[in-house]
Amino acid sequence: MTRDRSTAAPTEREPTGKIGHGMSAVIIPVVSLAVFLSTWEAIIHFGRIEPFIFPAPSKVAVALWSDLTNPDYWQALSITLTEILVGFAAGASLGIGLGTLLALSRIMDRILYPYVVAFQSIPKVAIAPLMIVWFGFGIESKILIVALTAMFPVLVNTITGLRSTDGDRLDLLHGLCASRLQTLRYVQFPHAMPYIFAGLNTAIVFAVIGAIVGEFVGARRGLGVVILKANFALDLAAVFSSLVVLAVIGVCLNAAVRAVEHRVCFWSGKKG
Amino acid sequence: MTGSIAALPAAAPQASAGPATLDIRNLSLTYKTSTREVLAIRNLSLSVQAGEFVSIVGPSGCGKSSLLKIVYGLVAASTGSVTMSGTPVTGPRRDIGMVFQAPVLLPWRTILENVLLPADVLKLDRDAMRTRAHDLLEMVGLKGFEHVYPDELSGGMQQRAGIVRALIHDPKLLLMDEPFAALDALTREQMALELQRIWMSSGKTVLFVTHSISEAVLLSDRIVLMSARPGTLLAEYETPRERPRSFDDLSSPRMAELSKAIRRGLNEASTRHDAR
Ligand SMILES: Nc1ncnc2c1ncn2[C@@H]1O[C@H](COP(=O)(O)OP(=O)(O)OP(=O)(O)O)[C@@H](O)[C@H]1O
Ligand SMILES: [Mg+2]
Repeated sequence: MTRDRSTAAPTEREPTGKIGHGMSAVIIPVVSLAVFLSTWEAIIHFGRIEPFIFPAPSKVAVALWSDLTNPDYWQALSITLTEILVGFAAGASLGIGLGTLLALSRIMDRILYPYVVAFQSIPKVAIAPLMIVWFGFGIESKILIVALTAMFPVLVNTITGLRSTDGDRLDLLHGLCASRLQTLRYVQFPHAMPYIFAGLNTAIVFAVIGAIVGEFVGARRGLGVVILKANFALDLAAVFSSLVVLAVIGVCLNAAVRAVEHRVCFWSGKKG
Repeated sequence: MTGSIAALPAAAPQASAGPATLDIRNLSLTYKTSTREVLAIRNLSLSVQAGEFVSIVGPSGCGKSSLLKIVYGLVAASTGSVTMSGTPVTGPRRDIGMVFQAPVLLPWRTILENVLLPADVLKLDRDAMRTRAHDLLEMVGLKGFEHVYPDELSGGMQQRAGIVRALIHDPKLLLMDEPFAALDALTREQMALELQRIWMSSGKTVLFVTHSISEAVLLSDRIVLMSARPGTLLAEYETPRERPRSFDDLSSPRMAELSKAIRRGLNEASTRHDAR
């Protein structure tokens, strides 16, 4: 019997030919990336496409290197990352908290839910300029924008998760004289976890978008500002370099959320 | 497998006063939905003595589960009363255990944690409960599966864990709603025998709902027959006193006669329902 199924389950009982599978899982992407990059390089090189129209991958690599060796770039990166992480944490907490409130209280639901729906249908980037007006060009306005964009997927999924708790399980807790809080703790929250994590997965992507859009709209520092400046200077290699950095950030953050999800919701996908 | 619950540490001071009596008086239940009203139970009265094992049989939809839910305090009766050891049942109470038709184990808790859920919710002494849980799990043959998650167990094993969970806080009254319905025939018979042993060693009052006549005859001191909806009491059958019983004993003339009588009664109750 394995206790830690989170690590044991996926590797158990896979079809034969697993090694060949694992190898091709590495080789195919590497080869295709190499083919893709060399084709790109070749087209730019032999097609004589100007670097301010579309940069060659070699130029992007050079720009990436000079970015990553520049302390100022790291400072911009850390500002944007802070906006993303703090905003995401705030938005996720708000989403879970407010979602719990709405899921548990009929009255709060009646009062607040219409506003939630109305607010949700507003594209959050549309209120970014307002945030700049109200909270200035500093990091705070960006954190707020990120928090707002990240909050809604978490909020909606928290409500759905808490509401979809099986009636039998609620009866079980009710029959044991459980309080509202105990029911929440022992049954509803664990049950809602996979839903909440689905929301968090969306929210982390939204958080990156929110931070960059926020910086586009109004900021003095950050990766968004770096991109804008490079764009104005027609230094497309630098723009692409930052896009690569953003992609890496997005992939890493998403992987981090999934890793936590895997630990927390180790039981999900299995019946009880 | 031979441990006796009597020798186990008592779950809670207030729960040590022996099995409960149950008195159900003129009970009626009307379900009100937005479109219609359903009279599920009509004027049902039933008394259960301390330590007695009573089975309820009746046509599908006659209100057996509803009756258990009222006794368990999950559903409020429309009229009538339920009294347990002299005090009226108005809501959930800590000295009743319930085994549901489905095991209803929580997939994020190990078997041990699942079984200890009542102890957590009722804030009972965790160490004493742990010892008790291990003893009970051993008794139902789940030793070695304490730290396994429910989905790794068979349906029968899950149901046994459900029974242990119902017993963990040492309730005076045990309610069981078709606990073996989802099991195959063989496992089902084994579970019935196991339940008989548990009941004999614990001396709890049990109210047991089943569709299986042989199960009812094997386990019960008394079997009550409910009519089709709206459910009310049609007949009562006493079983011979001998214990423990085996399924072979059911072929004795007296037991066979009893089973036949119950089957006849159940058929009548069902066809009367169809005629409407
Ligand atoms: N929540 C509910 N709302 C409305 N009607 C209900 C509800 N629960 C049960 N009923 C109705 O009450 C009647 C009795 O239901 P109950 O589940 O108690 O029957 P049962 O004897 O346990 O049936 P079975 O043997 O099939 O489990 C049924 O006709 C059912 O349709
Ligand atoms: Mg039922």
